[in-house]
Amino acid sequence: MVTCVNDAIYPGTGAAVVRLLRRLGVDVDFPQDQACCGQPMVNTGYLDEAVPVVRNFVDAFAGYDAVVTPSGSCAGSVRHQHGLVARRAADPVLAGAVADLSPRTFELSEFLVDVLGVTDVGAYFPHRVTYHPTCHSLRMLGVGDRPRRLLEAVRGIRLVDLPHADECCGFGGTFAVKNADTSVAMGSDKARHVRETGAEVLVAGDNSCLMHIGGLLSRNQAGVRVMHLAEVLASTEADPGGAR
Amino acid sequence: MTHTFVGMPPFPVAAREALADTQLRHNLGHATATIRGKRDQVVAEVENWEELRLAGAAVKDRALRGLDQHLVQLEESLTDRGATVHWARDAVEANRIVVDVARRHRVDEVVKVKSMVTQEIGLNEALQAEGIAAWETDLAELIVQLGGDLPSHILVPAIHRNRAEIREIFRSKMGGVGRAAPSELSDDPAALAAAARAHLREKFLRARMAVSGANFAVAETGTLVVVESEGNGRMCLTLPDVLVSVVGIEKVVPTWAELDPLLRLLPRSSTGERMNPYTSTWSGVIPGDGPQEVHVVLLDNGRTRALADEVGRQALRCIRCSACLNVCPVYERVGGHAYGSVYPGPIGAILNPLLKGTGDPQTDSLPYASSLCGACFEACPVRIDIPEVLVHLRSKVVDGHRDDRIPKPEAVAMRSASWTFAGGRRLGRAERLTRLGIGVGRRFGAARWTATRDLPTPPKESFRAWWKRTDGRLDR
Ligand code: SF4
Repeated sequence: MVTCVNDAIYPGTGAAVVRLLRRLGVDVDFPQDQACCGQPMVNTGYLDEAVPVVRNFVDAFAGYDAVVTPSGSCAGSVRHQHGLVARRAADPVLAGAVADLSPRTFELSEFLVDVLGVTDVGAYFPHRVTYHPTCHSLRMLGVGDRPRRLLEAVRGIRLVDLPHADECCGFGGTFAVKNADTSVAMGSDKARHVRETGAEVLVAGDNSCLMHIGGLLSRNQAGVRVMHLAEVLASTEADPGGAR
Repeated sequence: MTHTFVGMPPFPVAAREALADTQLRHNLGHATATIRGKRDQVVAEVENWEELRLAGAAVKDRALRGLDQHLVQLEESLTDRGATVHWARDAVEANRIVVDVARRHRVDEVVKVKSMVTQEIGLNEALQAEGIAAWETDLAELIVQLGGDLPSHILVPAIHRNRAEIREIFRSKMGGVGRAAPSELSDDPAALAAAARAHLREKFLRARMAVSGANFAVAETGTLVVVESEGNGRMCLTLPDVLVSVVGIEKVVPTWAELDPLLRLLPRSSTGERMNPYTSTWSGVIPGDGPQEVHVVLLDNGRTRALADEVGRQALRCIRCSACLNVCPVYERVGGHAYGSVYPGPIGAILNPLLKGTGDPQTDSLPYASSLCGACFEACPVRIDIPEVLVHLRSKVVDGHRDDRIPKPEAVAMRSASWTFAGGRRLGRAERLTRLGIGVGRRFGAARWTATRDLPTPPKESFRAWWKRTDGRLDR
C-alpha cells in the first residue's frame, strides 16, 4: 500500500519502495482499488466514516501474501484500529477479513528485516543523515532499531544521533490543525534539534511527520532536506537519489 | 483568595495563551526533564517492571470489577473501627457533609492534605462561603493557595512557578494569613521550605479539624492510606480532634496484600524515588490517640459514569502518579492550566470527559489535546492505554454532534473524504480533479498550516496515475 498521502503528494516514495523491493527480488503489485487505511477518520473520531474505507482496504488487498507500506502510522492503523472499525460496523465478514489481513500488513523496515531477513539492502548514500523515529513506528508498532540497522548498512552514509529523538514532532494528523499552536511549538523544537546535528538530510519512515518538520525547516531556511527511509534505501551508486 | 477552574475556555484557546508565556515554558521544560530523568533511572533498576505494571493493573481491575461489594465491605470495616461513613453522589453532597461536620464542631478553620479530590469538588470555596478558612499544608499546594493560583500538576501543583516567584509569594502573602515569612527570605529551596514549615506549624497546632484525601482505601481492613514526601500529611492526620477524609470510590483496593504492587509502582513513577518517605495509614478511631472523630466521605462525582464506559473505565485505574504528565510533549509546552481541571495532562484529557461527560466545548476539546504519540501509555505504571481512550472519546464527541442541524466543516470534510477513500478509482479521479492530498489539507484549514510551515509542492503526477501510465515500469 502506497498510502493516500504518498500517492497524492510523495509519489517518489512509492516509486522508491517499488525499486527497492524489486531489487530484492520481490514481485510487487499496486492494486488500483486501494485508497486509504482510514486512519484520518479513526483518529479524529469519525468511526462510521472509517467503515467503508476499511472495507475498501481489505477488499483491495485480499489475496496478496503481504501488504507493505512505507508508513509506520498506516501499518499501525491497520494492525490496531481496523478491528475497532469492524466492531463498530458489527459486520462479522469484515471482522474476519480484517483479522486475516492485519498480520500480513507490514511497515517497510519490518518487512525488510523480519520477512526478507535483510539489513544490508545494497544501498549507497554518501551524506550526513539523522534519523527521527516517528511515534507510531516507535510505540504503536514497535519497529525498534530495524530502521537504524538498515541505515547503518548503507554505504557512504554518515549517521548522526538526533537529540531527543523519541519526542513527538507534533504532527499528529488533525492535531496539527486543531491545536496548531501547540503542534508548531513541538515541531519547532524538533526542527531545532535536527539543525543541531548538522545533518544534510533528515530521514524518517513517515512522510506526514516529514511534511510537518520539513515545512518548518524550509520556512526557517535551515538547509536540511527531508527524505523518506525508502528513498535512502533505494538509492544506489548507479542510481543515486533513489527517485524513479 | 482562591480561583476555580469553572468557566475555562476550550483547550486550544487556553493553550495558545500558555504558549505565549516563555517563562512558563522554561519552568516546565526544566522541571519535567528533571523528574523524567529521575524516573527513568529508578524504573530501569526494577528488573520485572513490566510484570509489576501488569500486576498493578490487575489489582485495580479486580477492585473496579467488584466495586460495589468492595465498597460495602470498606464501609463495614470502617464503621467497625469507629469511623462514620458517608456517601456522596456529587460535589454538592460531599461539600455539604464536610461543612456540616465543621459547623457541628464550630471550627472556623481546617487544615488540609492530599487535597486533589477536594479541589475537584471545590471544597475550599464551599467552606469559605460558610466563613471557614481551609489551609493547604502540602508545600506546593500552599504556594498555589497563597498565590491565588490554580494547581497545574498532579504531584507538583506549583510546577509552573520558579524559586524567585515563590519567594515573592511567600514574602507578600504569608503575613496576611498567619505567620509571616522572614523579611530577609532568600530563594534558596531550604530557606523557602523553612519559611513554609514555620508558617504551617502554627496552623497544625491550632487547627481542631483536618480534611484529607487518600491514595488507597483497603476494603478488608478499613484502612486509608496516604503517601507523601514532606510529613505534613502525618501532622494533619494525627494532631486535630476531627478528621474528615474525602475519598473517590475508585481508590478502593480489596485486600491489604494487594497494596504491594501499587506501593512499589507509585513512588518510582511519581517522584522518581525507590520508596516514598512517609506512608501513613489510619483506620477509624483509637481512643486517646489521634483524631477522636473520623469521617470518611465516599465520593462518586462521575466515577460510576466513567465505570459504565467500557473503553474508558480503565482510566479509573489511575493512581495519580503524574508520570504521564512528565513525558507528555503537549503538557510540557502548555502546562496544566490549559486542561481546565485539577487533573491535567494526558490523564486529565481522558478523565475529565469521562467524569463530566462529553457535550460542552471545554470537555469536548480535551480528547483532541494530544498528538497520540503514545508516550503516556508507555510511562503509565498501571498500563492505562490513554491513546486508545482518547480516540474512543473523540468518537463520542463526534457521535454527540451527528444530529447537528448545521454540521461542522470538519464533519462535512470527513464524510466526503470517506466517500473518496472508499475506492481507488474515486480517489484517482479526485486526485486528477483537485490534487486531493493538498485539497483535503486546504479544507481542514491550510491557511493555519502555511502561516508557520511550508507546504510541499504537489507533484505533476500521482503515484497511481504513474503506475497506470507505465504499468509500474520504472524505466518509463
Ligand atoms: S494515568 Fe497512569 S501515568 Fe498518568 S497519573 Fe494516572 S497512573 Fe500515573
